[in-house]
Amino acid sequence: MSGAMLARLGKVWLGLILVFLYAPILVMAAMSFNASPYYQLPFEFTVEWYEKLSENRGILRAAARSVGIAMVTTVIATVLGTAASLALFRYEFRGKAVLRVLLFPPIAIPWLITGTAMLVFFFGIGLGRGTPAVIVGHVALALPYVIVVVTARLATFDPTLEEAARVLGAGGWTVTRRVTLPWIAPGIIAGALFAFAISFDQFVVSYFLSEPGDSTLPVVIYTAIRKGFTPEINAVSTLIIVVSMAVMLVAARFSNFGGER
Amino acid sequence: MAGGTAIGGSRAGLIALLSPAYLWLTAAIFLPLSAMLFFSLVTELPFGGAEWAFTLENYRAFFETPTYATLLWKSVRLGLIVTVVCLLVGFPCAYVLAKAIRGRAREALFLLVILPFWSNSLVRIFSWAIVLRGNGVLDLGLNALLPFEVDVSLMFTTHAIVIGLVHSYLPYVILTSYLALQAIDDNLIDAARSMGAGKLTILWRLILPLSLPGLVAGAVLIFVPVVGAFMEPRILGGRVGTYYGTVIEDQFVAVYNWPLGAALSFILLAVVLFILAVASPMLKRAQA
Repeated sequence: MSGAMLARLGKVWLGLILVFLYAPILVMAAMSFNASPYYQLPFEFTVEWYEKLSENRGILRAAARSVGIAMVTTVIATVLGTAASLALFRYEFRGKAVLRVLLFPPIAIPWLITGTAMLVFFFGIGLGRGTPAVIVGHVALALPYVIVVVTARLATFDPTLEEAARVLGAGGWTVTRRVTLPWIAPGIIAGALFAFAISFDQFVVSYFLSEPGDSTLPVVIYTAIRKGFTPEINAVSTLIIVVSMAVMLVAARFSNFGGER
Repeated sequence: MAGGTAIGGSRAGLIALLSPAYLWLTAAIFLPLSAMLFFSLVTELPFGGAEWAFTLENYRAFFETPTYATLLWKSVRLGLIVTVVCLLVGFPCAYVLAKAIRGRAREALFLLVILPFWSNSLVRIFSWAIVLRGNGVLDLGLNALLPFEVDVSLMFTTHAIVIGLVHSYLPYVILTSYLALQAIDDNLIDAARSMGAGKLTILWRLILPLSLPGLVAGAVLIFVPVVGAFMEPRILGGRVGTYYGTVIEDQFVAVYNWPLGAALSFILLAVVLFILAVASPMLKRAQA
C-alpha cells in the first residue's frame, strides 16, 4: 500500500471516529425536537418538550442547584488550588514530590470508591448527606485539576520577574497581585472552567452524597432514566451537553490541553 | 533559590499557601478512604450508640460467596475488553492526528476528539440508549439503508455496555497516545526509512516502543474507572447489567449494608492499586 493511500485511509478512520463520538449526541439533540415521545420517525419538529421542561419545577430546581454548587466549587477550588500551585512553584522543601503524588488519588481512584467512602465518613462525622457534603466532595475532585493546570502555566513564568519586583520595593502580596497573578491568569481561568465542568458534570459523587429529593441535575436525570425516559430528559440532556461543551471550548482557548500550539 | 524565592521565603508563607488545599484533600479523600477501611471491619455502623464489634465477616462474605468474585472477574473482563477496543481504535486515530495532519486543522480536530470527554458522561450514555433501543435510530437507519429486514436490538446487551463505555473513554487513549506520538522526532522515522526499514518494522521497532508509555497511561485511565463502572451497565445493560460496581451501589443505596459495601469497595481499591503499581514503572518512564 502506498503512503498516500495509507494517509487517506487514516483520515477516513479519524472521520469515522468523529462520527462515532458525535452521532449519538446529535441524535439525542434531534430527538429532543421530535414530536413523538417514543422517538418514532418520521421526524416532526416541535419545541413541546422544551416547553414542558420549562414547567418542570423538579428539574429546574435541580438545575439551579447544580449551577450553584458548581459556582461555589469553582471559587473554592480555584482559590485553594492557585495558592497551592504558587507554594509548589516558589518553595523547595522535603516531601514536595509526595505532595505532587497525593494529587493523583482523587483523579485515579474510581469515583464509586471515593464517593462511597465520603458518604460513610461524612455520616461518621455528622455532616451527613446534602448540598454541603456535595460541595466538599466536588472541591476535592476539582482541586487536583486546578493545581495541574495552574502549575503548567506557572512553568512558563520567569521567577526572576518576582525578584525584580521585589528589588524595586514591592511587598510580597503586591508582587503576587501585580506580577505573578496577571501572568498566570489564563491558567487560573482555565483551571476555574475545569473546576466548573467537573462539578457541573459530576454524577457519581453527587449521587451518593445528595439527599433524595434534593439532588443535582445529573442525579435527577439518572433517576428519571431508570424510571423510563421521557423527551423532557432529552431536552435537558441536550442543554447540558451544549453548556458543558461551550465551557470547555472557552477553557481550551486559555489552555491547550497539553497539545502543542 | 533553594528554601524559597523572592516571595515570603518563610515557612509560614509556605504553610499558609499550601495547607488549605491539602487539608481539604485530607478531609474529603484521605480520611474517608481510611474510614472506609475501618467500616469494612465492623459488624454494625457505630453511629447512634449501635452495638458494634470488629469482624472480618464482610471480607469473608466476599471469599465465601462466589457471586462477588464472579462479578469482580466480570468487571475486570469488561475493563480489559473496553481497554483493548479503545487502544485498537484510538491509537491509529492518534497517529493520524499527530503525524498526518498539520497546522490549524490538527488543532481543531484534536479539540473535536477530546471535547466529548469533557462533557457529561451520564448524558452521553443516555444518548446511546436512544440510538440503540429496539425500534431506535440505529434500527430504523439500518433498515432504511439495507434492502433486507434486520433486527438490531443491541439495547440491554453486553455489546451496548461496551459501546457506551468505549464512547466514554476513547478520548483518553487518543489524548495520551497523541502526546506520546508527538514527542517522537520525525527525523527518527525518516532515518529508519532511509536505512531501508519497512512500514511494519518502523511501527513495531520504533513507533510502538516509543509510544508505549502513552499507551500504558491511556490503558490505566480507561481500565480503572471501567472496573468500577455502575451507571453505564445500569442504563445500557438492563438485566444483564449486573457488575461488581452495581453490587457496591446497591449496598449503599438499596440494601443499606454499608459495612459489606465498604469491604467490597476496599477490595476494588486493592485491585485498582495493584494495577497502578504494575503500570507505574512504565508511567514514570513516560514522565522522564
